[in-house]
Amino acid sequence: MSISIVLLPCTGRIEEAVLLRAFEKGADGVMVIGCLEGDCHYVNGNIRARARVGRVAGILETIGFGPERVRMYNLSAGEGAAFARFTGEFVDQVQTLGPSPINLARGQQNQESTEEVAAT
Amino acid sequence: MITGTPKPIEEILEMIEPYEKIIVAGCFGCVTVCRVGGEKEVQVLASTLRLAREAGGRPLEIREVCLERQCDPEYLDPMRPYVEDYQAVLSIACGAGIQFMAEKFARTPLLPGINTGFLGVTERQGEWAERCQGCGDCVLHLTGGICPVTRCAKSLFHGPCGGSVGGICEVSRDVPCGWQLIIDRLKALDQLENYGKLKPYKGWSSARDGGPRRIIREDMI
Amino acid sequence: MKSGSNLERVLAAGQFAVTAECGPPRGADPEKVLKKAEFVKGNVDACNVTDNQTSVVRMSSLAGCLLVRQSGTEPLLQMVVRDRNRIALQSDLLGASALGVRNLLCLSGDHQKFGDDPQAKNVFDIDSIQLIHLVKTMRDDGVFPSGEKLDGAPKFFIGCAVNPFADPFEIRVPRFKLKADAGADFVQTQCIYNMDTFTRYMEEAKKMGLHERVKILAGVTPLKSVGMAKFMNKMVAGIDIPEPVIKRLADEPKEKQAAKGIEMCIEQIQQLKEMEGIAGVHVMAIEWEEKLNEIIGGAGLLPRPVVDEGETER
Repeated sequence: MSISIVLLPCTGRIEEAVLLRAFEKGADGVMVIGCLEGDCHYVNGNIRARARVGRVAGILETIGFGPERVRMYNLSAGEGAAFARFTGEFVDQVQTLGPSPINLARGQQNQESTEEVAAT
Repeated sequence: MITGTPKPIEEILEMIEPYEKIIVAGCFGCVTVCRVGGEKEVQVLASTLRLAREAGGRPLEIREVCLERQCDPEYLDPMRPYVEDYQAVLSIACGAGIQFMAEKFARTPLLPGINTGFLGVTERQGEWAERCQGCGDCVLHLTGGICPVTRCAKSLFHGPCGGSVGGICEVSRDVPCGWQLIIDRLKALDQLENYGKLKPYKGWSSARDGGPRRIIREDMI
Repeated sequence: MKSGSNLERVLAAGQFAVTAECGPPRGADPEKVLKKAEFVKGNVDACNVTDNQTSVVRMSSLAGCLLVRQSGTEPLLQMVVRDRNRIALQSDLLGASALGVRNLLCLSGDHQKFGDDPQAKNVFDIDSIQLIHLVKTMRDDGVFPSGEKLDGAPKFFIGCAVNPFADPFEIRVPRFKLKADAGADFVQTQCIYNMDTFTRYMEEAKKMGLHERVKILAGVTPLKSVGMAKFMNKMVAGIDIPEPVIKRLADEPKEKQAAKGIEMCIEQIQQLKEMEGIAGVHVMAIEWEEKLNEIIGGAGLLPRPVVDEGETER
């Protein structure tokens, strides 16, 4: 499973729409990693991010993607090992869930078109 | 401002079921301020609908727009060149905006993405409360600046009724008794004598009961 | 005489009046009303018939009134402004008067949220105080509130309700005064358990001379059990049952609580009878109409007086 890392100055910049867009672009899961709570350079960016992640989880649940595909973690910049551990944990979680419904649908469509080509 | 709440996604998905290509239209007015129909909400709703539809095997094309206001004709005009390229408009403005757009674009179905609420205020982030019913005949000068029509569950003009206990309305523990608020405020203003006067029957013809309303300001036409 | 009703005559003659109430049934069976009315008959001067109380749909108050009268008791029509706009109110008033109903109680009505149909639209076109004014205008001026002349004015003895135990206390007597100013002839109070609060209320009312303008009927409800007392105290807005009252019941074994409740109610009526400014009692024996005779008789208020029209002309 591949992971794309998107750097932002603060998780407070992450709107719900950005997270949803990632799923539209084909992500099976999105983890948001912010600073430790209480340590935000912009006071409460990471607190806001947590609320937004929660709202996106709600949306994903409503449309049948499952709320577990998005998750917020808090880390300080020096915790490389913890970063690796969290990432591994999240990847495992997403792998258990499998491809997102949209990726499944896209995959099926490709298959159908292949079959169509084969029929002609 | 005019407040509202988002319609459930399931309901919206059912509404847009027949269409493959729609516009999701927000409004930078009241609904932006109460976080139900602004630019951000357009993005989130459009993404959500695209995800749900594509996952279901019927991808949906959406044009995302947010107008300055949906209740003024000049802001609707810019949509005219392209609106008919789409099968429907899902508007998340208030009911007034949605209807005005429907009037302007006669051949395009208009779908409501929110339930319009009331004329209210932001009591704190995420909590809005009703303050005005637009009855067309304001009496706030007599009632300490608190509206009996809106704040009393029975719209009494000589409250509070027997259901007022400890400042709470009988209707719900979360509803303050409007008349208790009025009396407290009249006392604070030393205007309690206003309470003791019989008030004439309210004329509701200036409210919605008189039929759809219109304001014409000759001086401005 | 404003209405010529029996209740008005009894009060005008200076007699201590007694009223009770009948809640119409949740159905169209007239026998249900007639059965309750049998318990009321001979014990009261007039009997209230409630108007969809707590917003629970019941047989209409006017129909109930006619059945109560048929069984030999003078009815008292309760009318709430929750369900009717001023057009329907005026029309029903004319109809009720035409059918001979002479006593009226003007109420706002419990919010529809409490009943079968919380999704119903509420009306509240005018409030209960404005309804008093509306009836008085029709009765005394012979005109509709619109100013149009009436083809026969309705005749009503106009009543209102007050709750001395709702909040804020300081506005309760001024609000009673508004009802007097609007034209109320009599008032029935919410059930009284807290005699201290009620005494304070009456002192205020008397200072304003309200007892001289409006006949005050004190409301009482016998308690069937400690459970009922606790439930009412906690759940019913505007009911205040002080701890000593509850304790008196609680000190009795369960099977004797009902009898104690009746004894306490009788005691209370006798106390109220001695209070200056109290013109009568309104006994609300909720779903316990069969005890009315015992309570009212026990308080020494039977038989009910018969007052001819002539005796009150003074």
